[in-house]
Order: sequence, then structure tokens, then C-alpha cells
Amino acid sequence: MSKPRTSMLRTLFLIVVSFTSMLVVTPAWADWALNLTKGVTPISHQVYDLHMRILWIMVVVAIVVFATMLWSIIHHRKDKGAVAAKFHHSTALELLWTAIPIAILVVIAIPATKTLIAMEKTADADITIKITGYQWKWEYNYMGEDLTFFSVLAADSRAVVDKTSDAKPEDIDNYLLDVDNPVVLPINTKIRILTTAADVIHAWWVPALGWKRDAIPGFINDNWTYIEEPGIYRGQCAELCGKDHGYMPIVVKAVSKAEYQTWLVETKQKIAEASSGADREWTLDELMARGEGVYKTNCAACHQANGEGIPGVFPALVASPIATGAVEDHINIVMNGKAGTAMAAYGAQLNDIDIAAIITYERNAWGNKVGDLVQPMTIQATR
Amino acid sequence: MSEAAVHDDHHDHKPTGIGRWLFSTNHKDIGTMYLLFSLLMFFVGGAMAIVIRAELFQPGLQFVNPQFFNSMTTMHALVMIFGAVMPAGVGLANWMIPVMIGAPDMALPRMNNMSFWILPFGFTLLLSTFFMDGGAPAGGWTMYPPLVLQTGNAFPFLIFTVHILGISSIMGAINIIATVFNMRAPGMTFMRLPLFVWTWIITAFLLIAALPVFAGAVTMLLTDQYFGTSFFDAAGGGDPVMFQHLFWFFGHPEVYILILPAFGIVSQIIPTFSRKRLFGYTSMVYATVAIAFLSFFVWAHHMFTVGMPLAGELFFMYATMTIAIPTGVKIFNWVATMWRGSMTFETPMLFSIAFIVLFSVGGFSGVMMSITPVDFQYHDTYFIVAHFHYVLVTGAVFALFAAAYYWLPKWTGHMYDEGLGKLHFWTSAVFVNILFFPQHFLGLAGMPRRIPDYAVQFADWNMVSSLGGFAFGLSQLIFVVVVFKCIRGGDKVTDQVWEGARGLEWTLSSPPPFHSFTVPPKVTEESAHG
Ligand SMILES: [Cu+2]
Repeated sequence: MSKPRTSMLRTLFLIVVSFTSMLVVTPAWADWALNLTKGVTPISHQVYDLHMRILWIMVVVAIVVFATMLWSIIHHRKDKGAVAAKFHHSTALELLWTAIPIAILVVIAIPATKTLIAMEKTADADITIKITGYQWKWEYNYMGEDLTFFSVLAADSRAVVDKTSDAKPEDIDNYLLDVDNPVVLPINTKIRILTTAADVIHAWWVPALGWKRDAIPGFINDNWTYIEEPGIYRGQCAELCGKDHGYMPIVVKAVSKAEYQTWLVETKQKIAEASSGADREWTLDELMARGEGVYKTNCAACHQANGEGIPGVFPALVASPIATGAVEDHINIVMNGKAGTAMAAYGAQLNDIDIAAIITYERNAWGNKVGDLVQPMTIQATR
Repeated sequence: MSEAAVHDDHHDHKPTGIGRWLFSTNHKDIGTMYLLFSLLMFFVGGAMAIVIRAELFQPGLQFVNPQFFNSMTTMHALVMIFGAVMPAGVGLANWMIPVMIGAPDMALPRMNNMSFWILPFGFTLLLSTFFMDGGAPAGGWTMYPPLVLQTGNAFPFLIFTVHILGISSIMGAINIIATVFNMRAPGMTFMRLPLFVWTWIITAFLLIAALPVFAGAVTMLLTDQYFGTSFFDAAGGGDPVMFQHLFWFFGHPEVYILILPAFGIVSQIIPTFSRKRLFGYTSMVYATVAIAFLSFFVWAHHMFTVGMPLAGELFFMYATMTIAIPTGVKIFNWVATMWRGSMTFETPMLFSIAFIVLFSVGGFSGVMMSITPVDFQYHDTYFIVAHFHYVLVTGAVFALFAAAYYWLPKWTGHMYDEGLGKLHFWTSAVFVNILFFPQHFLGLAGMPRRIPDYAVQFADWNMVSSLGGFAFGLSQLIFVVVVFKCIRGGDKVTDQVWEGARGLEWTLSSPPPFHSFTVPPKVTEESAHG
């Protein structure tokens, strides 16, 4: 009995608090965030200052206009015996309230133009990162470093979304704002950031950097950043990109230049290790174990963890003609995708072992039991 | 019913039965149908909004899956824009323009019938997509490719709906222009037209200029999908951003198509209840023309983040900022109309005052977003969701409520229930702010729009917003009660209805005869507008 009562009390409390908090802004309530972040780059500081300047100008204009109205509403009412005046135009007044807004706009436009010009100066960067949006993950390519990896929603959040865990959003650290592989960037370095996409339009947005930019298939957008403080900065895809638009977060980890260099070396090593062994025979158990993990990060968003898909939208794999039919067709669709649908070409995204593992897993999980296993070498041969 | 019978309905001999409505060529009956249809769509779109706010009440997925959530946001927008706000504006135009300019009916009565009856078919088509393979459209009402091309079987139905609703609107626009240009009573010069008529002529021209571009753009989507073209496919040499340019070349004027009639309504009501003539009539007309003209040069401010060249970003920033100037003139003129008036605060006046205040709030966030470098932060967050709901709900929809209360006594001959009207106003005005104001905070704190689930740091304001949403939704039932009570009966009203009202509609009986002004009235400067 006590549970619904407390939630009702909580609701009531929220209503009361929301009203008072509109008047009293207490920074201690971090969750009742009200304002834009100042961010951690010179550009984000400029953007924040511009935002505050315009906000205050608007507040002043609002006070003047609304106070005039309020005065009129209080004093010029019929029940107070007010008699309507006869005037109905005044050229001087009308010119005045055309001129004042123009002046205000000019005052805003000057710093805005300066900031915008600064934002577009992408030349002379020390390093360049190419970011590609996919449904629904981000790919980071450290140009000139031979380092490319994907970054997807962290497994603990994914489990809550898929309802495969009993955890509640509030039990998880950074629910929906955490990833498996954060993008690591050095501080005090001019970083050029290129955005593009592989399927539909996405937008890469980390508020602490002060901007967002669309990632558009077939086009490359040019941006830059210069992070001044080490730390972890979180963001999300900001352009509707289909079903899991809300589930493709971004995590930037800003570290010192030295740490960045160490990280580069270690990460390249890890990736090399993960794709080694493609030239040996794998057992069914090995492929199934690896396949389950790869399936969860890459396929479960659409086809679901139980392989049943979403009727009418994303096809089921359980007993499906592809997953239980000829293995060549199965390899073909996973490698090359299906045009006009959300099914991507994974040949370009995953290594041979992962693809072999996914296909093997799909053919033998959830009672599919086709029994055949696909070797990484078979995948290699199709490339 | 035979054709002769439809034609034979002179004086107050009304056709009867279902035929009166199906074959109607009478501007009042067609206006009534438009208004009732838009009320129905307001609740259909509202129900979708309730689903959205219920899902966002707490973090985590409670009621719907993400795909269906996207269908909800997409369909909510399409239904509200094309089903509720636009038809309500056309309905008011149908009812009021002939009686405001002293004409017996609309210039093209049969086209009028067709432009209304297309709507129910259009929306049946659109809403039927919920039952199709792949579900209802879920790529956003903006229909950006390549995402929209992933729509299931609903795709061609979406395009076809846009086409036929566009045809309906263009026919409506032609009719309004033909009526105003040809059927004004003697002495009703253009500069004596009531502001509501002025805003509607300009809206009609916007419709005719903007809708064909939209129809063209969605046709290109259709050929990209089924006929092998690559207008918007980079792999085939096309450009997905081109669609956005075409869409917003329509989409920005569309915003003014929704809001200009609202400006007109408020310009009628404020003088009536201030018992004082509209301040700066001429500058109001010029400001409306200026806003409409500028609306064709600012489209790219909806897409600052696509990565335009610096010169383009600067141009669209400056052009957008200038819109604040004529809009400001309108706000100041309304305040100056109230100044030293003799005001009373019946429901239409309350909604109009709330319109001025809350539309201005939307205007302020609008100016903030015109600043390109800062818009890179605001874009596609709940800040913009708050902004456009302030201008479209507390703006356009509040003005439509004001119009309904203002003219209901004229339409029905009965005074509506003022107590219930005031209750509707106060509940709406309070809850709409609890619904939308916190969304500014959510957007600034970093919550993107169009997401079915969110990080826990956004939980508090989302819960407040949802509670406001449920209460606002419930409050709208009061309006339905008021309308139907008023249609069924109530205190008889005079022809004048409101003490301070001016203009031709108040010289007619309440309700007006089935055919008004069979003899054209004489219009003088004094009797012209409010
Ligand atoms: Cu995305």
C-alpha cells in the first residue's frame, strides 16, 4: 500500500518544487538543470556568453513590454471607470519601436558574427578525426593513425532498453549516456572533426564542445575543437535517425597529450589482437560465444535479443528463410546489407571473425539449429 | 439531392438532411464543417501528444516501443498542422470573410465544397497507415531522406496524403483570393478591410507560393523510392540536403500560414474589448506583408547544422533577425491598442492577451535561435520544441480559441457559458506553461528532441512537463462542453453581441441568415474595421 502513496507524494512534491524552483534557482539541485553548459573549449565559452547576453536582452525587453501591458490591464479597465481614448496611430511612436529593435539586433549581430567566423576556422589542426554515423552507432577514424573503431551504447543501458535486465534506469551510471568505446582526444590540441554518415542523417553533438553538426551520407562536414580541461564529456545523436535515435550516445574522454599517445598504442594493439586468429579453424562453441556478444552490440537493436524482430518493421531471424536457408545468402546479406532498408553492409564494419561468429550464432541460436558453422576464412574468401 | 435543389436554396430556405452538408455550397455550413473537423483532429493529435508525454513521464520504456514513439511524434505534427490548425483557420475564413467584406458567399462555392470534402479522405488515408506493414510514418513530419525512404508500406500513402491536402489548401486559397478581390461591398477598399481579412489574403498567397514546392519535393521522394531517380541520394549524384532546402522553402512560409490568421484574429478582438480602434492599422498591414515577404528568405535557419558555407550562415542569420522587427511592431501595436482603452475581460479577450504574452515568449526564444553560433547548441533539442509549441499552441491555438469564443454567439445566436469559458482559459493558460516552459530547461541542459527515453538527469522536468500535458489535455474537454452547450441553447444575444465590436459581421442578425448581404451594404471609414 505504501508504494503508490509515496509515488503520489513524490508527484505532489515535484509540482510544488517545480513552481518554487522557477523562482529560486538552487545550484545544489543538479538534476533540475536550467541552463546551457559553459563547456570546456574557447568556442563553447563564447557561445555561452552570447547565449547569456541575448537571454538577458530578451528578459529586459519582456519586462518592458509586459509591464506596460500589466499597467494598462490594471488601470485602463471599464470597471474602474476608464473611458477609451480616441488615438489610433502615432508615426513617431511607430518609428521609435521599429528603430529600437533594429539597434538591439545590431548589438547582438556583431559578437554573433565574430563567433561564427571563429567557429568556421578549421584550418591548422594538429590531428583529424573522421566521425561516421551509422544506424545506430558512431565510427571514429583517427586519420593518419590507422585506427578505426565503433562506439555503441553501453551494455548495461542496452540491457535495460531491451528489458533483458531487471535494472531500472536510475540504477545505472550514466543511463543512455555511456558507450563501450569512448572517443579519446588530447587536451590543448586543435582537433579537426569531420562528420559524415553511412546510411541516414545523424548529428554529432557534445554540448561541452559548444556545437553540433549533421553527419550526412555522401558529404563531409568540417568542424574543429580545442579542449582545455581533461574530463569525460557526454552527448547524443541529435538528428532523428530511426528507431534507435535515442540510443546512440557519444562519450568524449579528454586526456593529456602523453596519455593520448599511450592510449593510441594500446588501442591499436587491442584491435590487432581481436582480429588475430582469422586464419585458423574455429569450433562451434567458440563462434557461438563470440557471436552472442557481437550480435548483441550490432544486431539486437533491430532483430531483438531473442531474434524475433519487430513485426512489420524488422524481420524475425527465428526460423527465417535467410537464417535457416542457404548459407551463401545469409553471408551475402550480412556482408552487403539490403538496399532501401535499415539493414547495413556489415562487411565494411566488422572483421572476419566477428562476421563468421554472427552468422554462426544466428543459424544456431533460439532453436534455429541449422548446425552449420561459418569459418572466418570463408568470410575472408568472399571479400 | 438533385443539383437544382442545391441551387434553389435562396433566402433562408435551407436544404435539409445529410445532403445539406455533403453537397453544401454555403460558406457558413462549409465553415462549420471545417471547424468541427479541426476540433476532431485537435483531439486525435492531442491523444498522440498524451501518448508521447506518458512515455516521457519517466526514464525507461513504459508504454510504447521506440518505433511507435517515432510514429507518434511524426503523426502528431502532421495531424495538428494539417488537420487541426490549418483547417480551423480556413473554417474561420469561410465563415467570416464573406460577412466581413459584405459578400453573399464565397466566390467559388463548389470548389469550396470540394476543398473541404478532400480533408476527411486525406486524413483517413493518413491515419490508416497505423494498420499497415511497417507502421505509420516515423521519419518525422519533416520527411528527411534518406530516413523517410525506410518507411514501410505507409510511404506512398504519406506522399499521396500530402498531395491531396495540398490541393485542398490551394483550392481554399484561390477561393479566398477570388472572394476578397471581387466581392467586397461598395466602399470596402483594401485599406478598410478588417485585419483578419488582410492576414488571410496574405496567407492565401503564401499557400499558393509554398505548397507546390512541397508537392514537388515529396514527388521527388516518390520517384527516388520507386522510379530509380537519385534526387536526394548522394550515391547516385543527388543531395539529401537539397530536400531540406526545398522542404523549408515551403516549411518556413507554412509557419506563417499557421500564425498570420492568428494575428488577424487578435487584431479583431483586442480593439473590441478595449473599446478603442486598432492602433496603427496601416503599419499592421505593412508588417504582415513584410513578415510574409521575409518568410521566403529565411528557410535555412531550420537547418543551420547541415554545414553551409559561412556566407550562407551569415545571410540566413541576418535575414532571420530582421523578422523580429515587423513582429515587434505588431506586439507593440496591440499593447498600444490596449493602452488607455476601456477594457473588459471576457474569454476571447483573455485568450488574446495570453496570446500576446505567450507568443512573445516564443518570439524571444525565436530571436535567440536566429543567432547561428548559439543555434548550433539549441538546434534539435527540447529548446526548439518549447519554442515552436509556444508559437503554435499558446500562439495559433490560443488565437483560434479566442476566435471561437468571440464569434460563437454570432454563429449560434446564443451566448456561451462565460463561467466555463473562463475556467477553460485559466486551466489552459496555467497548464500549458507547466507543460512547455520546463522544456526550455530540458533543451538547454542537453536533451535532444524526438527521443523515446532519456538520461535520468532529465527526469524531473520531464515529469513536470508530462503532468502539465495531462492537465492541459483534460482542460480542452471543457471547450467541447462549451461549444455544444452553446450550439444547443443559451441566452439570446443581440446583433451587436459585444459592446465594443465594429465591422459588418455585427450588423447581421445572430445567427446570420443562411445567405447574408443579398443587398450589398455601404461601407464608410467609420464603420469599417475595429
Ligand atoms: Cu543518429
